[in-house]
Amino acid sequence: MSEPTNGAQTTSVLNPVGFPPKVNPKPMANRLDSLDGKTIYLVDPRFDDSGLFLRQVQDWFAEHMPSVKTKLVEMSSVYTKDDPKTWETIKANGDGAIIGVGH
Amino acid sequence: MHAIALDSKYGVPTVAIHTNVFEKAVQSVTRMHGMPQARYTFVPQPVMGKTAEQLKAYVNGKSPISGRPVMQEVVEGLTRPAEGDNLQDVKFERSTPRFVDSDSEENLHRLFLDNNWTDKLPIVLPTQKKVDEMLAHTSRKPDEIAGHMRSNQFRQHWEFTVEKVAVNAVMAGAKPEYFPVILALAASGVSARGSTTSSMAAMVVVNGPIRNEIGMNSGTGAMAPYNHANATIGRAYGLLSQNLQGGSIPGDSYMGSQGNGYAYGSVTFAENEERSPWTPFQVQHGFKASDSTVSIFTGCRSTAFTLGVREKYWREHVRNMLRGMDAHSAPTFLLDPIAARQYIDRGGFDTKEKLIQWVYENALMPAGEYWDYQLIQNYIYPRATFGEEPYASKLKAAPNEMVKMFKPDEIHVVVVGGETNGYWRIMGCNYQKTVSIDEWR
Repeated sequence: MSEPTNGAQTTSVLNPVGFPPKVNPKPMANRLDSLDGKTIYLVDPRFDDSGLFLRQVQDWFAEHMPSVKTKLVEMSSVYTKDDPKTWETIKANGDGAIIGVGH
Repeated sequence: MHAIALDSKYGVPTVAIHTNVFEKAVQSVTRMHGMPQARYTFVPQPVMGKTAEQLKAYVNGKSPISGRPVMQEVVEGLTRPAEGDNLQDVKFERSTPRFVDSDSEENLHRLFLDNNWTDKLPIVLPTQKKVDEMLAHTSRKPDEIAGHMRSNQFRQHWEFTVEKVAVNAVMAGAKPEYFPVILALAASGVSARGSTTSSMAAMVVVNGPIRNEIGMNSGTGAMAPYNHANATIGRAYGLLSQNLQGGSIPGDSYMGSQGNGYAYGSVTFAENEERSPWTPFQVQHGFKASDSTVSIFTGCRSTAFTLGVREKYWREHVRNMLRGMDAHSAPTFLLDPIAARQYIDRGGFDTKEKLIQWVYENALMPAGEYWDYQLIQNYIYPRATFGEEPYASKLKAAPNEMVKMFKPDEIHVVVVGGETNGYWRIMGCNYQKTVSIDEWR
């Protein structure tokens, strides 16, 4: 303990928090000028009925933006795993993606 | 996180849709992954179990966070040009100071509480003197990197030194001689504060000579708050997990919907090797009986218990208990020595492995019921549909056909208790690893 000038006793203690990782900024993909005529993938992470939800998103596009082509795909395994095969498919054949719900 | 990868790594403009309870978690994860400008919107929680009409209403409705139409935010997220300027608000270089600002003890206790550095119970303030006393019980240097930890797969690892572990051990009230056990737990990289919505807790089993060297309890009341080493090692594991992985704050970095009382002490105990009729747990996992180890289980939530192993209907009783377990969390049998010996008498299980094989063959459920469990749908069904065994074969079973609920390597047996009676329980949990304590002495 030490005695500061105002007379109150103070204690010095160590900080219990670990060291955060260095965060590197990531670039975003260029956005689309318009969705007209574009192919948008709806990606189902297969978590808590997310596929049922995305079918409603698909219906919304069909009703409100019929020129948008949607493809509903499931991730190849559980949502906790990366899925480069699906991402490559979307990159090759799609213009944009919606992932939901979560993840 | 998948949306960030698809957007930044594969160059596909992507929008993620989350439920509103994940707002802070999404903000935190996107910042820590370097993409705070990621595009996302929110719908109400829950999605699970809702009808098509209810889900349609979500899609046609407004974000409960922004109040704007969900699909407007989706369309804008795909088409509105990226704005790079908001990156200037992000701190990409950070460090954690070694000390906090000196203050009165009362104010420091309040600071630790307000900063979510505690488990909301009083802590011991980590002065240099107390931290040094802790550090004296390891040969490792204070500034040595002891390990890395994170609260889930979607967050990045944080790093910590031996000294940082000592700080948390002091806070928990641990004696310095416990420190090698606590260091081994930290270095395992397994968090006792997973952020999962399922409210998991960890379980810690210590084996080998160190159990008696530091006075751990494997007998009467071993899993209860009656032993200083058991209690403070378990508490230290929780505190170090939350502080060394970057926090465990409800709604931000902890999403456990109900929470879990097991998390206070991480169910920390020693195996009763002296009274067990079987091989010690660490020997089953490649160590020698003379090695001191700590074994870590996560996902502790579901528990079943009973008294004794009855002569006439013991098989039915155990099957009933197994059927009542969460089908996604495998059973670990925690047996009082009396119950362990009864298992030998009733079933002839003279090794743990024989009992495990019996459990594997008798934990059965109709396939239709099994596959309909939400956790099985979330975590097993996707693996089955893409051919992963044994799940793919199980998926071929008719709805009424009985299928095995677990794999044999997921099932474990530990002997603990003081023989005041033959009570025993099944802990639904996932074995993670067994690590050496001796390496951290």
